[in-house]
Amino acid sequence: MNDDASLVLRATDVSVAYEGRRPTRAVREVSLELHAGEVLGIAGESGCGKSTLAYALTRMLRPPAVQTGGTIEYVDRDGRTWDLTALEPGELRKLRWAEFSMVFQSAMNALNPVTSVGAQFDDIFRTHRPEMDRAERRERARRLLEMVGIDPKRVRSFPHELSGGMRQRVVIALALALEPRLVVMDEPTTALDVLVQREILDEISRLRAELGFAVIFITHDLGLLLEISDSLAVMYAGQFVEYAPARRIAEEAQHPYTQGLLRSFPSLRGGRRDLRGIPGNPPDLRQDLDGCPFAPRCEHAFDRCRTEAPQLLAAPGYWPFSCHLRDVPNGSEPRKVEVDERA
Amino acid sequence: MRLRYIGRKLGFYLVAAWVAITVNFFLPRLIPGDPVSIIISRQTQSGTVPAGEAAALRKLLGLGSGSLLSQYGQYLDQLVHLNFGLSITEFPTPVADVVRPAIAWTLVLVGLATFISFCLGVGLGALAGWKRGTRIDALVPSTTLLTAMPYFWLALLLVYLFSQKWNLLPAQQGYDPSLDVGWNSAFIGSAIQHSILPAMTLVIASVGGWLLGMRNMTVATLSEDFVVAAEARGLSPVRVLTRYAARNAVLPSVSGFAVSIGFVVSGQIVMEQVFNYPGLGSLLFQAVSNEDYPLMQALFLTISFAVLGSNLLVDLLYGLIDPRTREA
Repeated sequence: MNDDASLVLRATDVSVAYEGRRPTRAVREVSLELHAGEVLGIAGESGCGKSTLAYALTRMLRPPAVQTGGTIEYVDRDGRTWDLTALEPGELRKLRWAEFSMVFQSAMNALNPVTSVGAQFDDIFRTHRPEMDRAERRERARRLLEMVGIDPKRVRSFPHELSGGMRQRVVIALALALEPRLVVMDEPTTALDVLVQREILDEISRLRAELGFAVIFITHDLGLLLEISDSLAVMYAGQFVEYAPARRIAEEAQHPYTQGLLRSFPSLRGGRRDLRGIPGNPPDLRQDLDGCPFAPRCEHAFDRCRTEAPQLLAAPGYWPFSCHLRDVPNGSEPRKVEVDERA
Repeated sequence: MRLRYIGRKLGFYLVAAWVAITVNFFLPRLIPGDPVSIIISRQTQSGTVPAGEAAALRKLLGLGSGSLLSQYGQYLDQLVHLNFGLSITEFPTPVADVVRPAIAWTLVLVGLATFISFCLGVGLGALAGWKRGTRIDALVPSTTLLTAMPYFWLALLLVYLFSQKWNLLPAQQGYDPSLDVGWNSAFIGSAIQHSILPAMTLVIASVGGWLLGMRNMTVATLSEDFVVAAEARGLSPVRVLTRYAARNAVLPSVSGFAVSIGFVVSGQIVMEQVFNYPGLGSLLFQAVSNEDYPLMQALFLTISFAVLGSNLLVDLLYGLIDPRTREA
């Protein structure tokens, strides 16, 4: 893709391993690009490496997780490009929250239980905006709470005095405190019931329209991503297997795994159809994967799938996906192999 | 709301104090064998006992007379006036006058040593947890070893080294007996000098426990989401450690501290015996070996009140540092 001015984040061949006697290669050469105001959805089963990828992109990996390869470039609001992988801790701290913030998986635990909501806003402002005085910090915190639909009086509340939905709103307000260009959201609604989940999602969409930040939204809920994303990456065994515009993927998914995921949840507006899961389990990421990692579970797998790993490449008129079916001329179904009984 | 919390706590502790007082009264009277008959029987062995001796003894010991209930009333009345009877060990000094200086010695020495040990252990523990796997983390096994060492042996070792071998510090008593007791620099200097060895022993022997507990809590807290979130917000490491990690990790240690300041007043019997220190521990030891019932009873009551008082203090403090405990 071209080097336009709106680029926010570019990751190239990022790999992450959890070190151990047999390292778990949780993220394998993932590349992505994110532009200002864009919502990139990343979907995948539990354990496919999507959260690990989010932590790698924001340089939040902790031992035993180590980034084993790739580069992450971030372009700030002044147009300067930062190589996140090479930044000094001090420089990285300056970028954090001011440029990119995070909303974590469990809102329940993302707030310090022993200090008030206001004090947690205060910590952010004191660190990044030392010129603000006490009254300004308090006023800004109240405005932010108001923005996410919480009574500004709640700055004095402690986290345990708030409901789950309110806490998640507070966490989102915290993430927007310094008006970042990018917010990484790691399953922000997973712990909430569907009604609250809907409210929070609407809130996020509204705020995004208002403030124009880019979002990386990570979830196992593909249906939700189809609704809110501009582009959508489907992750399997630590790799992107399909990276497509969200508008088209629902109807024209190219990768059998994406097709499987789409078939495994009901559509609200579409007609009735049979639901089918995907048989089998994801591969053990401690091993080297020969061939296509999805091959053992794939109903279209043929001989080549078991020996040669497909590349994430675009087919004419389509977007990148990693499947050998790309090279098979339309209409001529490849010779199917016997499906492994154990799969 | 804050006031109601404090009020409820105070009410609870008042009830507990009354229970302690009552148990302290009834327990000695329920167990078989009363002090008067023990003393009388001892006197019979050494000669004749004058008539009315038993009644005189009862009065002397502050036991009261009449039914158990009226005795209880007299006991409460005496308590209000801090009249615990006369000590047998230091006859005829009133028990209150024997206990009072001992409380001061123990509170200052053991209290200060416990406080130093707590602060040192918690501070180093937080640091060791924060930098786990580094050199400072090696403090944990070495201080745990010191804690595991028999206490009196450690004390004797220190006495041997610091006062026998290097002749740096006095080994016995709370102050130089040739000095006048009072608020003059010579006496205070001597008291401080005499307190260094016992305090050092206490700190060395107990710091490992605080350190280990705090270190492990810090390690556990560091993996909490709110600490990770604080880091993601770009807060400085010092702020993350103090306001997020250590701030939460210290909570169990504060509860532990409440328990241990209760023990402060019950005295460190072994320590005070080894160093011949004029505190509550050695007083209690004397009282028991001399069958000094009034003194024993006064000491037990003092200890109960100290435990209650320190727990109340920490309870109130806990409400301050952990907002979650305020409502419950």
